[in-house]
Amino acid sequence: MPIIRLDSLVKRYGEVQVLHGIELEMADNEFTVLVGPSGCGKSTTLRMIAGLEDVSDGEIYIGDKPVSHLEPKDRDLAMVFQDYALYPHMNVAQNISFALRLQKRPKSEIDTKVRDVADLVGLTDFLARKPGALSGGQRQRVAMARALAKDSGIFLFDEPLSNLDAKLRGQMRAELAMMSQRVEKNMIYVTHDQIEAMTLADRIVVMHGGYIQQQGTPEELFKRPANRFVAGFLGSPPMNFLTARIQEENGQIFVAGQGFRLRLDGAKAQLAGKAKAGEVILGIRPSDLRFDAEASAETSLSLNVLVSEYIGAQSVLLCECGGTNVMVELNSETPVALGQTLNFTVNPNGIHLFDQQSEEALS
Amino acid sequence: MSIARVNRLSPYMFMAPAVVIMAIALIYPLGYMIWGSFRDWAPSQTIGEAEFVGLKNYITLWNDPNFHESLTVTLKFAFFVVSIEMVIGVGLALLLDRDIRGMSMLRTMLILPMMIAPVVVGLMWRYMYHPTVGTFNRTLDSLGLPRVDWLGDHALMSVIIADIWQWTPFIFILSLAALQSLPRSALEAARIDGATAWQQIIYIKLPLMMPVLIVTCLLRLIDAFKVLEVILVLTEGGPGLSTEILALRISRTATEFRELGVAAAMSNYLLLLLMLLTVGMFAFTRWQEARAARIRALAEEDS
Ligand SMILES: Nc1ncnc2c1ncn2[C@@H]1O[C@H](COP(=O)(O)OP(=O)(O)O)[C@@H](O)[C@H]1O
Ligand SMILES: [Mg+2]
Repeated sequence: MPIIRLDSLVKRYGEVQVLHGIELEMADNEFTVLVGPSGCGKSTTLRMIAGLEDVSDGEIYIGDKPVSHLEPKDRDLAMVFQDYALYPHMNVAQNISFALRLQKRPKSEIDTKVRDVADLVGLTDFLARKPGALSGGQRQRVAMARALAKDSGIFLFDEPLSNLDAKLRGQMRAELAMMSQRVEKNMIYVTHDQIEAMTLADRIVVMHGGYIQQQGTPEELFKRPANRFVAGFLGSPPMNFLTARIQEENGQIFVAGQGFRLRLDGAKAQLAGKAKAGEVILGIRPSDLRFDAEASAETSLSLNVLVSEYIGAQSVLLCECGGTNVMVELNSETPVALGQTLNFTVNPNGIHLFDQQSEEALS
Repeated sequence: MSIARVNRLSPYMFMAPAVVIMAIALIYPLGYMIWGSFRDWAPSQTIGEAEFVGLKNYITLWNDPNFHESLTVTLKFAFFVVSIEMVIGVGLALLLDRDIRGMSMLRTMLILPMMIAPVVVGLMWRYMYHPTVGTFNRTLDSLGLPRVDWLGDHALMSVIIADIWQWTPFIFILSLAALQSLPRSALEAARIDGATAWQQIIYIKLPLMMPVLIVTCLLRLIDAFKVLEVILVLTEGGPGLSTEILALRISRTATEFRELGVAAAMSNYLLLLLMLLTVGMFAFTRWQEARAARIRALAEEDS
């Protein structure tokens, strides 16, 4: 399968520039997810790769070939659209086989292909129906089947699950993950949903405001976010951020702010030295806080518990620390009472430090 | 009266005034015409004084070669006019459905002919068709080509050309509206699936526009069967009966031949023809829907 490379890709609509020099290389057989808040330019990037939008500047390479002047049909790709984009006047079989019929493949081959693909996505019983007589999930499968039938090396998805209800979305997500392991293709998947990104991706590309913020495996991004935006975007419930200063006392390094003062050890303490003027943002994920009544003040936050959200085995506590809201995720069995001020130990590896001005992670 | 009952009746109450006006303006004259078509009726008589003659008017017409001639002219006119207008109108819409600078201006200009009063259109074309000083023949002269006897030997063709000029915009704007309401993403999907511009038109755009096109075609057909002013001004039905479409013949039967009963019978033939056409068209779409539903039902039984 060809490697896709974006070289300083720029998109302008009239005077407005919406993509600012996107640099990206997608390896062979990789499931790449472009993720970011609505309006950050994910779809535009994908549509430029597809050839549905003109490239304002820069170049797209598929294999070694520059393709930005090629029509979509000459780029060897298939695409699944957010609204499925089925042909309403054709039945499921005709929808799936449209590309093959345009290629004038022999009828027997087309029939076999349609049956195989329909089987793969579980549509065999619906081949004669028009899209209007299908449910949302089934239409989604038709869109998927149509893309699969094309046998192209590159597979593009633009928020394919966002029109489904929550339960179906979870189910389709799992099916998609299974399918992506079975078929050998380069997949580029656009979503605003970080859970989809985390579960599906070999590699996540986080975008914001027309720039790439960070790219890497889900684990890299989750454990070592490059800046405050990425840290806050990935993970649910989101990371807590506290304004703080670095302090030194008796050779020990502390990060202190309204209502807390944590000791930093080893590598973290060295990082702290790089903060400009000692001003930092302390980031701690809700899952890196653990209830411990006996914890010492140097390793814990003392939080005033405001609300408890029960979500089954886990609960999310909404707490307050020196005027800032802090969320804690913990086992629902843990005995905590609302309105109390309690101590929560901070996992030393879960401490993230960001520069206050640039919001970049200290590294 | 219970509230529920009032609620149920209120739509009918709101509709009542419109229904009354419709009844007076539509049903009454229609009934009058049907009633009159069974009588031997001169303009100087009231309808009560006219003698009842049963189906005589209809039978006379049925055997009247002039009526046949007129019917043939009407059918020919409607067929050519509507099919050519559909092809040009839809073709233009497909061509101009894109965002290029100046396109909206061009589109506005293209619908101008439709806004001109038919009588003016007739006068304008009569001038342009004039054998010696008309635009066309003067142009032919200056090109050194032989003149054409537009409103003589080729009267029907000339009348058809004028109608096409006036009514193609109607089909154009309706087709354009239909095109612009097509699902954009389905067309994008077709591009990715490998459809050329031409294949997109054949396999996606035209089939999706079809419901609008059928209604447009029907509206134009009905109109084409009733056309009067332009032809009246251009040729008055001549030479001979070569452009005497039914509407013109009806009007002449009533005014020149003073046979109101026959004119009414002729109108009813025309009405019948149009109704057959409409019913046929709707039956066709129904049949298509039913066929699709049957296929679907069959497929479900199989599964
Ligand atoms: N056709 C267009 N004309 C002008 N601006 C556009 C157009 N399409 C998208 N944009 C702008 O480009 C930005 C990125 O859009 P998009 O790629 O669709 O975002 P998303 O990440 O939600 O998919 C948005 O700010 C949007 O307003
Ligand atoms: Mg989008």
